[in-house]
Amino acid sequence: MGDLLLFINFYLIPGIVLGSIYALGAIGVSMVFGILRFAHFAHGDMMTLGAFIAFSAIGWLGVGPILALPFAMIGTIVVTLGIDRVFYKPLREKSTIIVVIASFGVALMLRSLIMVVWGVNTETYSSGISMPLVFLDSFRIAERHIWMMAITIAAMLGIHWTLSKTRIGKAMRAVSDSPELSRLAGISTEKVVQATWIIGAGLAAIGGVFIAWDSQIHANAGWDLILPIFAAAILGGIGKAYGAMAGGMVIGIAEEVSSYPWLGDGPLLSPGYKTGIAFAIMVIMLIWRPSGLFRGRVY
Amino acid sequence: MSVLELVDVTAGYGEGADILHNVSLKLDPGEIVSIVGPNGAGKSTAMKAIFGLLVMHGGKITMGSHDITGMPPEEVVGKGVGFVPQTDNVFPNLSVEENLEMGAFTYDGPLEGRLKNVYELFPPLLEKRNQAAGTLSGGQRQMVAMGRALMLEPQVLMLDEPTAGLSPKYAQEIFELVIQVNASGTPVLMVEQNARQALAISHRGYVLVDGQNRHEGSGPELIADREVAEMFLGG
Repeated sequence: MGDLLLFINFYLIPGIVLGSIYALGAIGVSMVFGILRFAHFAHGDMMTLGAFIAFSAIGWLGVGPILALPFAMIGTIVVTLGIDRVFYKPLREKSTIIVVIASFGVALMLRSLIMVVWGVNTETYSSGISMPLVFLDSFRIAERHIWMMAITIAAMLGIHWTLSKTRIGKAMRAVSDSPELSRLAGISTEKVVQATWIIGAGLAAIGGVFIAWDSQIHANAGWDLILPIFAAAILGGIGKAYGAMAGGMVIGIAEEVSSYPWLGDGPLLSPGYKTGIAFAIMVIMLIWRPSGLFRGRVY
Repeated sequence: MSVLELVDVTAGYGEGADILHNVSLKLDPGEIVSIVGPNGAGKSTAMKAIFGLLVMHGGKITMGSHDITGMPPEEVVGKGVGFVPQTDNVFPNLSVEENLEMGAFTYDGPLEGRLKNVYELFPPLLEKRNQAAGTLSGGQRQMVAMGRALMLEPQVLMLDEPTAGLSPKYAQEIFELVIQVNASGTPVLMVEQNARQALAISHRGYVLVDGQNRHEGSGPELIADREVAEMFLGG
C-alpha cells in the first residue's frame, strides 16, 4: 500500500470523522454562545445523552445506529428544552457568569443522571469487527464512516438552509448580531432561543451517536469532548456556525494527522497527546486572533 | 384620539434616579412631531420609555385606547410601533433584504408587497439588497433602519436622531424621506439634534429640558420663539 493511501485510510478519514463529531458539537456551542451569550458547558453531556438514548433504541427495537438517530435527536431535544426552561430561562437576564456556572451544574447533573439510568460501564452499539469496504484494491473505508460523513454533510447543508432561507434562521442570525435591536424590531427572543436549542441539541445527539458508533460510549465521553469542541468554536469564531464547522474539521484532522510518522518511523506525536493539539490551537487562536477565522465575537 | 400619548411620565433606568419628570406629549393621526432640546434633556429616554425599556415610576403611556405602559418592546412592536434607534440600528451581518424581513418578523403574511413598497421609497436599497448592511454608508444604513421599521406597516414610526452623524446633504434627504413616509399616512415621532430642520418639517414640537416639558407648539412657532432659539437653536 502506498504511503498516500496509508495516510488517507488511517489518518485522514478518521480525522474527517473526528472532525465531523467536533463540528456537530461546536456548531451548537457557537450558536448558543452567539444567541444566548454564554459558554454552554453541558453541551458535551448532551452528546453523551444522545449516544445512550440511541443505545437503548438499538437494544430495544433492534434498529441500527442510523434508525436510532431520530430517537436520540428527539430525546436530547426534549431534555434540552426542559433544561432550558427549568435552569437557564430563570437566569436569562442575569450576568453571563451565573449562567455559565449553572451550565456546569447542569453538566454534572446530566452526567449523573446518565450514570443512574445507563450505568457506568463502557458500552458499544455492536460487537465484532466489521470489514471495511475496499475500493480499487487499496482505498479502504468503513461503511459507517461513509454514513457519518454523509449525515454530517446533510446536517450542515440543513443548517445552511435554515440560517439563510428560513425566517427563524435569519432571526437567529439577527439576535446573534444584536439582541437589543432584535427586541426593538419585535423578534421573539424566546422563539429564537428555542430554535437554537433544538438545532444545538439535535446536532449534539448526532455527534454523540457517531462517537459511540465509531468506538464506544461511557458516561464521561461527552465531558471529554468539551475542550476540542470549544477549541473548534473559538477557531471558527464564536457565533459563526460555518466557522464552527470548519473549526471542528480542522481540529479533528489535525489531531489524527499529528500521529502520522511525518519524520522517521514513529508517530510524530504520540496519540495520547491528541487532545493537546486542540488545546494548543485554542491558545494560539486566543492570542493571535481571538475573533477566530470567521471573525466572530470577542469577549 | 391621539395615536400615542404620554401622560405625566416619570421614569428612569433600573434603580437609578428618574430621568423623566412628569413628561407629557402626544402624537395625533397624520402628524410629524419632533422632540428637541439640549443634550441630556431626556429626549431619547422618552422614546425608550414608550418602548418599555425604562422603569416607570408614574404616569401612563397609551396607544389609541390601549394602555402600553411598561409593555416589553416586542409587544409594543406588535401593537404597531416601529422604532429606529439612533445607533446600531441595522443587523450588520444580515443582507439589506434580510434586515427588512426582520422588521416584519411579527407579520405572517407575504412580504413581497411590503418589500416592494420599501424599495420604492428607498431605491438605492434595491440594488444593494443582497449586500451585508454593515458594509453600507451611514445614510444608506439609516434607510435600511427606516425601511426595516416600515416593513411592519406601523401605526406610528419613531425615529431617534435619524440624521445624527450624517452630512447635511444626507440629513436633508432623510428629512425628505420622513415627509414622504408621513405623506403616506404614517404619523412620525422623532427626536432630533438638528432642531431647526426637524421643526421646519414638523406639525408640532416639544422642547424638553432636564427631563421636563419646557415648551410646546407648532414647528414654526418654536423656531420663532426667542427663548427656544437662544437656548439651543444657535441664536
